Amino acid sequence: MKNIKGVFLPFSALKFLGKKPHTVRYPLEKKKTAERYRGFHYNDIEECIGCGTCATICQNEAIDMIKIDGIEPKKGDSGLRPRVDNGRCCWCGLCVEMCPTGSLSLTDQYLQTTPDPESFLLIPGVDHPEYGEHKSFVKDDEIRLLDLQRVPMRELDGAERVKSFAEVVLGYMQEEARREASRCVDCAICVTACPDHMHIPEYIAAIADADDELALKYIYDNNPLPELCGKVCTRQCETVCAISHLGDPIAIRWLKRYATEQFPDPAVILNPKIAEPNGKKVGIVGGGPAGLSAGFYLALRGFDVTVYEALPKAGGMTFAGIPKYRFPEDSLDKQISYMEKIGVKIKTNTRIGKDISFEELEKRHDALFLGVGFHVPYRLGIIGEDLKNSIQAVDFLREINLGNKVDVGDKVVVIGGGNVAIDAARVARRLGAEVTILYRRRVEDMPADWEEIEGAEHEGVKIVPQGIPLEIIGKDGKVAAIKYGMAEMVPDPKGGRPRPKLIEGDEHTMEVTSVIGAIGQEADYSFLPERIKEKLEIERGRIKVNEYKQTTIDYIFAGGDTVNRTMDAISAIADGVKAVEGIERFLLGDKNK
Amino acid sequence: MTQVEKETTLYLGPQHPGITGNMMIELKVTGDTVQRAKTHVGYLHRGFEKLMEERLWMQCFPIVCRICVPEPDPNEENLARAIEEIEGREVPERAQYIRVMVLELSRIASYFLWMGGQAGSMGLYTMPQWTVGDRDYILDLFEELTGGRVYHMYIWAGGVRRDLPDGFAGRVRRVLDYLEERLTDYDRLFFQNALFLKRSQGVGVIDKDKAMEWGVVGPPLRGCGIAHDVRKDEPYEVYDKLDFEIITHEGGDIYARAMVRRREIEQSISIIRQVLDKMPGGPVHNPGPNPLKWKLPAGEAYVRTESARGEFGYYVVSDGSLKPRRIHVRGPAYVHGVSLLEKMLVGANIADVSVIMNSLGTCPPEIER
Repeated sequence: MKNIKGVFLPFSALKFLGKKPHTVRYPLEKKKTAERYRGFHYNDIEECIGCGTCATICQNEAIDMIKIDGIEPKKGDSGLRPRVDNGRCCWCGLCVEMCPTGSLSLTDQYLQTTPDPESFLLIPGVDHPEYGEHKSFVKDDEIRLLDLQRVPMRELDGAERVKSFAEVVLGYMQEEARREASRCVDCAICVTACPDHMHIPEYIAAIADADDELALKYIYDNNPLPELCGKVCTRQCETVCAISHLGDPIAIRWLKRYATEQFPDPAVILNPKIAEPNGKKVGIVGGGPAGLSAGFYLALRGFDVTVYEALPKAGGMTFAGIPKYRFPEDSLDKQISYMEKIGVKIKTNTRIGKDISFEELEKRHDALFLGVGFHVPYRLGIIGEDLKNSIQAVDFLREINLGNKVDVGDKVVVIGGGNVAIDAARVARRLGAEVTILYRRRVEDMPADWEEIEGAEHEGVKIVPQGIPLEIIGKDGKVAAIKYGMAEMVPDPKGGRPRPKLIEGDEHTMEVTSVIGAIGQEADYSFLPERIKEKLEIERGRIKVNEYKQTTIDYIFAGGDTVNRTMDAISAIADGVKAVEGIERFLLGDKNK
Repeated sequence: MTQVEKETTLYLGPQHPGITGNMMIELKVTGDTVQRAKTHVGYLHRGFEKLMEERLWMQCFPIVCRICVPEPDPNEENLARAIEEIEGREVPERAQYIRVMVLELSRIASYFLWMGGQAGSMGLYTMPQWTVGDRDYILDLFEELTGGRVYHMYIWAGGVRRDLPDGFAGRVRRVLDYLEERLTDYDRLFFQNALFLKRSQGVGVIDKDKAMEWGVVGPPLRGCGIAHDVRKDEPYEVYDKLDFEIITHEGGDIYARAMVRRREIEQSISIIRQVLDKMPGGPVHNPGPNPLKWKLPAGEAYVRTESARGEFGYYVVSDGSLKPRRIHVRGPAYVHGVSLLEKMLVGANIADVSVIMNSLGTCPPEIER
């Protein structure tokens, strides 16, 4: 034996017999997991919106989205919740990294011993709610897979804007649109929020895929006025966007705008198939978004469609109400010319009851669609309202959009806090006036789009919140000043939003040259004969309709502001689209039957 | 007729002490001498390369770590680096340092597992008890850093998933100090053990000239006295900023390979200490596109890493779509564990088959993928 050392050295290990073991004495002792341990899932059920991004990213297909008792679908929440199959899960945590709300996490829990294979299906947050106390692998604040920041939209500078009616928003360039579209997780939460249920994830994916033509096809599938929506939509989709929970929502409106801007003539791309004429005639009263949408799809389906519009151009409020810096006239023209190509006949300068009687209309058509909108402004109801230069925003905007001159002087006060008020203020600003908005509630209570409010402020419009107009003071029959009182916000006893209450004695007077009222509008149904009005069910100014926008008179359908309270273009378009189905069923019978 | 001439077939495996994983060797023996050997693999084929062709790029990361169970990190690093090369994404320097630390920690962990296996295949069962216990201290570090002990899923395109937790560097140093101290015990029990020396020196010899021809890499190649190490030959991450030399050992036998690994444990400890000293601050992740819409530009890349078993390579092809066109994994164990082993076993003693196999560092999950 040459290697004596090598024989005896190993015996030095005997000393370890006397040492304490360094292993964990399970089950007497439990192993404490690390802070980031990736164990079983936990889901904050209240925060989760059921977008399903976790299920999409899961490479093991361990997650499916299921309906859970007690959680109802609502706006911005699919009502579904993830269920994890722990028999498939590999605890990589990609679901946690991708969760747009941050509701999903992994816990430090890792033990499950059971002979029941069904129990491996865990609905995080519902099963084992106690895991909520054991969150360990959570979303990191800095390291993210989702891009939470919106690609900024280029806009005209504030000083530049007030010089003209040039469009403020400049639109995305191709690369910007692709980048913005790539942020989307395709969850389709937006689709349910959109009154018209547009194919939002599909067209966004198409834009991300550099297939703008496909995007346009998806868009035109149920919205014939995307030029309009791409510019002025109230975008309820964006308010529920999954990404908006931790970041900026996807700029859905701007992406739609981008897609429409790529093609000067949509007809070339879409090359729509128009059905053979079916011999049925539909008359549409009012060329606004509701009427045009109904007309477009009816024409595509072979109906003979005539739109009757009182103003010199179709578009309704989008023509007469929305200022040109938001929705330029050429965009409107582009849409109308496409409509006409499809075969929609538009008769402008035709007011029902004046240029043509309602009876004549009934005689000419098999069905009628009423989309007359709200063009009659509410009065302020204060002293001095009838003075010269005390005008109404809808009238003011219409005159400006028709190209007429309105002299508002150099100091204008606009009363109201909705989009119409902001539009009027920004237009007055462009006419060179100094503009103040007087609103009875707080700025955060304003129903106007926050981007519009910001834009107005950017252009130098002053906002006086919690100011209630008391009296318009005149001089020589003309507006000279306005007296208003300051209000405090008091809780609504009925539980609604806080109400303004006038503070006694806190009154101010502002010298102005014009007062523009913008506190709302109503419809004018004077064109309807009494026998029709009697039969129609009209509730607080709105005509009652069924699911298919059919009124209580079977051959009359209605849509737009005439029937719904949201008072926006996209709801009107949705009404029009829905009415097409109704009119088709009414005139041709239910094909499904 | 002598007994020597009568050939018997002996099926070794698929479970046997030579490897971590399942693989069978069909031995034709006369007496206790192997005349011919045929390897049978396929027990662990899970089709990862194909699976990845049906997955988004991001979804590939939780898969690749499974390609080599004892040492998953080179897979993650390789895939990440190949993707970064194709799309030209920069990786923050801090992330590169962290990656090196992770790779070296996983090398040490892998060598500890090998030590246990090598000793166990010779019947010295104290060693596996020790090495598995000590390896767990590294796994504790991994758990703290990544959230997982074995499958880390930590290195991804653009950097790493999380920054170091507070005080992590200090805890790494403490573990390194402990392991370094323990090496003395391992020397006494194993590396200087007369039994080990007897069974390793001159056994399982790889011919130096043949080594290159057969495509041998890693410790088996360096055990032939050939200085080849991807970390030096084609430095990746921040290896060129670290001070270390390629470790070689003459002889080409089991002992030489063992000594290479034994010294490389010390080397890795030194590298990690340097990493901790030099690690800069800053971000650890350079974000890429939304994983659901992440299209890698069309292109291809071959990247390689020096793993504990030798050169590990990933060939990644993108056709510009959401999913990989092809990902091919080049693992060292295929060369060592299949082609080379069949040659080496000829003339070996049956009792040495597992010892030889272990000395090559064979990892069947990586052969079959």
